[in-house]
Amino acid sequence: MSAYSITEPSARTKWVAGVLVIGYALVTILPLVWILMTGFKSPSDAISYPPKVIFEPTLEGYVNLFTTRTRQTAEYLAANPPQTWYEEIVRKYDMVIAGPSRYGERFLNSVIIGFGSTFLSIFLGTLAAYAFSRFKVPLKDDLMFFILSTRMMPPIAVAIPIFLMFRSLGLSDTHLGMIVLYTAVNISLAVWLLKGFIDEIPREYEEAAMIDGYTRFGAFVKVVLPQAVTGIAATAIFCLIFAWNEYAFALLLTSGNAQTAPPFIPTIIGEGGLDWPAVAAGATLFLLPVLFFTVLLRKQLLRGITFGAVRK
Amino acid sequence: MSDTPLDRAARATPPRVARRIRGLSDRAIAWIFVAPTIFLLLAVNIFPLIWTIRLSFTDFKANRSREVEWIGLRNYERILTDSDIWLTMQATAHFLFWTIFFQVLIGFTLAWLINKKFHGNDLWTTIIVLPMMLSPAVVGNFWTFLYQPQIGLFNYIVEFFTGIPASSFQMIGDVALAPWSIVIVDTWMWTPFVMLICLAGLRSIPDYIYEAAEIDRASKWRQFWTITVPMVLPFLMLAVLFRGIENFKMFDLVVQLTGGGPGSVTELTSINLKREAFEKWRTGYSSAYAIILFVTVFGLASIYVKALNKVKER
Repeated sequence: MSAYSITEPSARTKWVAGVLVIGYALVTILPLVWILMTGFKSPSDAISYPPKVIFEPTLEGYVNLFTTRTRQTAEYLAANPPQTWYEEIVRKYDMVIAGPSRYGERFLNSVIIGFGSTFLSIFLGTLAAYAFSRFKVPLKDDLMFFILSTRMMPPIAVAIPIFLMFRSLGLSDTHLGMIVLYTAVNISLAVWLLKGFIDEIPREYEEAAMIDGYTRFGAFVKVVLPQAVTGIAATAIFCLIFAWNEYAFALLLTSGNAQTAPPFIPTIIGEGGLDWPAVAAGATLFLLPVLFFTVLLRKQLLRGITFGAVRK
Repeated sequence: MSDTPLDRAARATPPRVARRIRGLSDRAIAWIFVAPTIFLLLAVNIFPLIWTIRLSFTDFKANRSREVEWIGLRNYERILTDSDIWLTMQATAHFLFWTIFFQVLIGFTLAWLINKKFHGNDLWTTIIVLPMMLSPAVVGNFWTFLYQPQIGLFNYIVEFFTGIPASSFQMIGDVALAPWSIVIVDTWMWTPFVMLICLAGLRSIPDYIYEAAEIDRASKWRQFWTITVPMVLPFLMLAVLFRGIENFKMFDLVVQLTGGGPGSVTELTSINLKREAFEKWRTGYSSAYAIILFVTVFGLASIYVKALNKVKER
């Protein structure tokens, strides 16, 4: 067969397609770039019109994000000169840093609850997926459909009884409660995806291992798991992204202790002035890890998303 | 039964010896592996569902601990005859229809273009995919900044390209424009999802079908409609199903972007539900509401899946 394929698009077609797609990509990324830039503007630059593309970058937004400040009298300011570079920034507005803001805590909660629930989902999910894949578990097909149908409930609807449950179990506003909740929400998708990945691993390998003397469990660990690693990674990413981005449950079931970042970020707005750079900074920091991992792990991600579609 | 060495060995092994094989039996493993997941699902999905059903027949209010009365179907009656609920449904239907319409249109077009395999399409595909990875609540929040009437980038760009003065309209505060503001942001976020699924569909079409069509002198137009569209259709329908279910449940993005306003013109069903359940604390009433929503989605989705399976069998 010659190297020229009659179905290959012409060079001109490719060029036009390329221009259109790149155009769309640039338009689509513009809001993100804008928010990134706003995080580095001063509050007055952020609200200037026409919108400023060239401006003098400052870390004010980030400083305001991580601190709480109070206004002080001129004598106080004179008597206490700024000790650090961030204190200096704040002094420009006759303010003094009173302490850290809640943002750091909230971000950390997101990390804890995100990774905790992902770990649990993957751990339980892989075991269950293996069992569904290899054994005749009663009601297997009904179970799978049922599992998927639980994803049709609006989170608010689910939150009503969960709220009551947590209240009576003392799990309101706890890390454990949120981890368990997110795991339960994620696990149906996790089992479905993982089962698909494990189905692709031929059984002959485990059978060979068991002839060689491995127990079923040993075969699972030594033979199946290593081959399932990419599938597990793809599933883990989804679980993590869900928990990281989740808002409704966090809003309704947490307040001071276990609150994650998404319900908190809109409150950064602050009084008066509308501190847009701080809000933008908060959003940027929160979105950055997800963006970073998306770019890094895009192949696994793409595989996971289209896998769900192709397999049905 | 197959005749592998393992089976022959198994058949040759006397039963007593077989049972003494070390390690847990397969049955035990199956149950141990599945039990925690089942338990979790029962506790956090099934049990609350049953509780909600029970609550829906009462007039329970979660912020009061007075006596709970069983009131039968009265909650359901009230909801199904409430005109405000129908307005909410309308707002949700408008949102659903237009977001799916635009996402399918743009998503499929993008997938088709990307499938032309121009130089560097991996990089740009990755960039296009970024918005859908973000937290919808945070996205809704920062888009309020972009939509700001006096200082926002969105109005500025509209003026730049169409000459409509930036100060003459506002997306979020205007009753006519607010529903479109949420459609735009949701489309921005989720078009990549539809695109990816369509792309998977396009890539699954083997080249030889097109080659055969070329040999038969079929025009590109004809090829598109008789080969491409029918083979991508199941994928497209799947994408529509996912997006439909997700947008029916939509809460985070819209609550942050418009709060359901102005008035209640963008108040989608989830937002309405949240108000009833967690602001007015009409727990029994909102339980009935939740059940109605669930049954609606489930019913529509089941019908849709049946249609989808028919399409796939062609």
